[in-house]
Amino acid sequence: METKNHMRIVFDSRPQNEGFARMAVAAALLPLNPTLEEMSDVKTAVSEAVTNAVIHGYEQGEGEILLEMTIEENEIMIRIEDFGTGIRDIKKAMEPLYTSRPDLERSGMGFAFMEAFMDELKVESSPGRGTQIVMKKTMGSREETYGSDDIFN
Amino acid sequence: MQTEYVRDRNVLTILLPEEVDHCCTEQIRKEADHIIEKCLISKVIFDFSRTDFMDSSGIGVVMGRYKVMKFRNGIVEAVNLNRRMQRIFKISGLEKIIMIKKEEMEEKNGDQKSYEDSI
Repeated sequence: METKNHMRIVFDSRPQNEGFARMAVAAALLPLNPTLEEMSDVKTAVSEAVTNAVIHGYEQGEGEILLEMTIEENEIMIRIEDFGTGIRDIKKAMEPLYTSRPDLERSGMGFAFMEAFMDELKVESSPGRGTQIVMKKTMGSREETYGSDDIFN
Repeated sequence: MQTEYVRDRNVLTILLPEEVDHCCTEQIRKEADHIIEKCLISKVIFDFSRTDFMDSSGIGVVMGRYKVMKFRNGIVEAVNLNRRMQRIFKISGLEKIIMIKKEEMEEKNGDQKSYEDSI
């Protein structure tokens, strides 16, 4: 069976939409018959990217977040974009445990989780224009890996 | 699903919701710290028995309570982690600083629905 699908969703940068984004992506993934682990991995990665956009995307204000998803056979591409502040130093932002908001008790593990749970991660940002996260994953390509990976190793 | 806080003398058990994300962590932080301060809590137990989703926001709240309790010479434990939560603890490095207890799961296994049964 050929599986091909594409969707674009635009929503406000509010915390309650983080769960909505996860659910939308999970529902779109179902036809691929993912394992429980793959499903959780993608949901976690989406949650991290959307949470980043909500917390950091528009500083104190509010804006829109675009979620785009493309499915082709067993390959998925997820793009999460905001049109806000942007990231000045992407390399620093991606360092595990670095956070620009320790006041909010952020763990600084967002990008590390995206990298750990997806096959490919690309971050593009320009200050004042916004940030775009593109993540790719091939479903059904890996064995269940519970307990084998540790980003600090 | 609401977070529940159960205090037994100076032990605080935080029964986490099904999904621990940015939406609920701010409130957990405030309420937990309030109880820790007011009731002179010496041990915080995060109970994950209902939880099947947690992102890095949850890591932040557990790590934050670890810091608070360390400052007070107290301890933090995590109980009833399913396989997903164990993986999140491992990948984030939380398992290196938070004591994970499994006994509770085994003790209750008879009358408690296991993770595998619920999916």
